[in-house]
Amino acid sequence: MASPTASASTASGSKVLPLTQTSIGQKALVAITGALLYGFAFAHAAGNLQVFLGQEHFNEYAEMLQSMPKVVWATRIGLLAALLTHVALVVSIATKASKARPGRYRVDAPIAKDQSILERYARQTMLLSGLIVFAYLTFHILHLTAGVVPGLFFHRGMAFENLVYGMRNPPVAAFYVFANLLLGLHLFHGCTALFQTLGLKHPQWDARTKPLALALVAVIVGTNVVIPLACLTRIAGGELPDDPAELVIPLDEDDATALED
Amino acid sequence: MSESIDLKLHVWRQNGPKDQGRFEDYSAYAKNISTHASFLECLDVVNERLVLAGKDPIVFDHDCREGICGACGVVINGEPHGPQKATTTCQLHMRKFTNGQELYVEPWRATAFPVIKDLAVDRGAFDRIVQAGGFITARAGSAPDANDIPVPKPIADDAMDAAACIGCGACVAACPNASASLFVSAKVGHLGVLPQGQAERDSRVLHMVAQHEHEGFGGCSNHYLCESACPKEISVKWIARMNRDLLKASVTHAPPTKSGGGDG
Ligand code: FES
Repeated sequence: MASPTASASTASGSKVLPLTQTSIGQKALVAITGALLYGFAFAHAAGNLQVFLGQEHFNEYAEMLQSMPKVVWATRIGLLAALLTHVALVVSIATKASKARPGRYRVDAPIAKDQSILERYARQTMLLSGLIVFAYLTFHILHLTAGVVPGLFFHRGMAFENLVYGMRNPPVAAFYVFANLLLGLHLFHGCTALFQTLGLKHPQWDARTKPLALALVAVIVGTNVVIPLACLTRIAGGELPDDPAELVIPLDEDDATALED
Repeated sequence: MSESIDLKLHVWRQNGPKDQGRFEDYSAYAKNISTHASFLECLDVVNERLVLAGKDPIVFDHDCREGICGACGVVINGEPHGPQKATTTCQLHMRKFTNGQELYVEPWRATAFPVIKDLAVDRGAFDRIVQAGGFITARAGSAPDANDIPVPKPIADDAMDAAACIGCGACVAACPNASASLFVSAKVGHLGVLPQGQAERDSRVLHMVAQHEHEGFGGCSNHYLCESACPKEISVKWIARMNRDLLKASVTHAPPTKSGGGDG
């Protein structure tokens, strides 16, 4: 077994569990992987704010990132591993929890009256918001990284145009906005729960962690909600023609065939 | 306020752990209940009337009836120990309810707390968790001098806050995951903050958490409903402390050697 204490036992005969088999250890990993994903979401959102600096600047930024394939792939693999760990452990914890609690009470009690509605709602919907955010992430990657969503403009090397034309599609923009609001709810609970789960709590900091978590989450959600809306209303990328066919697309290699339109 | 109330009372009846269980309507037996009665006294009255009617009385746990033993506890309209904050079922009075109010009374619901009968559940899991590490090694025989080991007042207060846990299980009943984290953390914490508890600090948390998992309780997902339900208002800060202790102990704790030690 993994832990050096795995085989220790007390007089009462109970065995110590390796950390990864306790719900506390598993939750700690959920918290750490969540924090990694959160960190990426923050950097990603902050970087994307450059959409307001215009086409040229944004595409240069995208190109700069793409010019470091090793960094890009290491990040992707790391994030994927973090995401899979996060999801797999949550599934395992939730399965155990549903076995532990055989049924609900007849009346849904208004317990935890002392918690704010936002907090309570975020807590109760963690699995649901997580699931929807997961679906959104998949779509987001297919849309703007892989570029394989039928009907949505995509051309490699034209990050700005890909983003702007995608968001000019009202259902797509609406989905982005909706999913990011849920992401906000998910992160709000996650950011505060993290300190509890990892035991990093102290009366002296506690009052500060919640506003801090709210502020950090607000940056991500604010950015991710504003960008689709700005593109939809042409505040960002308004200089691009209505019809992407009018764009001068630098034809190179076999990229032309990747164009869906 | 009138001196007595009628209740629309529904009580969970279950013949044993294997029985399906169902709600029975006892409104006919819950009329004219004194508002000065405690909730358990209300159940006593209903039971007397049930017996007079030739029916089986409702089984529920109780002992001290003064809020200190942790034996009592039922879920009233979804709330463990009922609607009054920081109050056990035995200390809850009928004046907290209104005339004609509909009440659903259920046992704690958790796989690790099998129903013995009706509203009484088997909380042996808590005893086994305490047996796994909720103790200190002390010199037996003669009583130690008072204040032999100096304990700073804030630490003594903190330990007392955690030691206020009466082990009633309301935290488990309130938790959507039926987690006993609040209970375990209070038991780990009240010894863990004291100098007397340092010797077993690591092994205590490791063993008590392991036993918690074995018993089939769920994990904490930070809903904090336990804190709201706890009749002794134990803070969830103890759960954070337990998490910290467990994470640290998992890295640093070395199990005692088999040879009995004393090589030096
Ligand atoms: S009967 Fe002892 S606490 Fe209620």
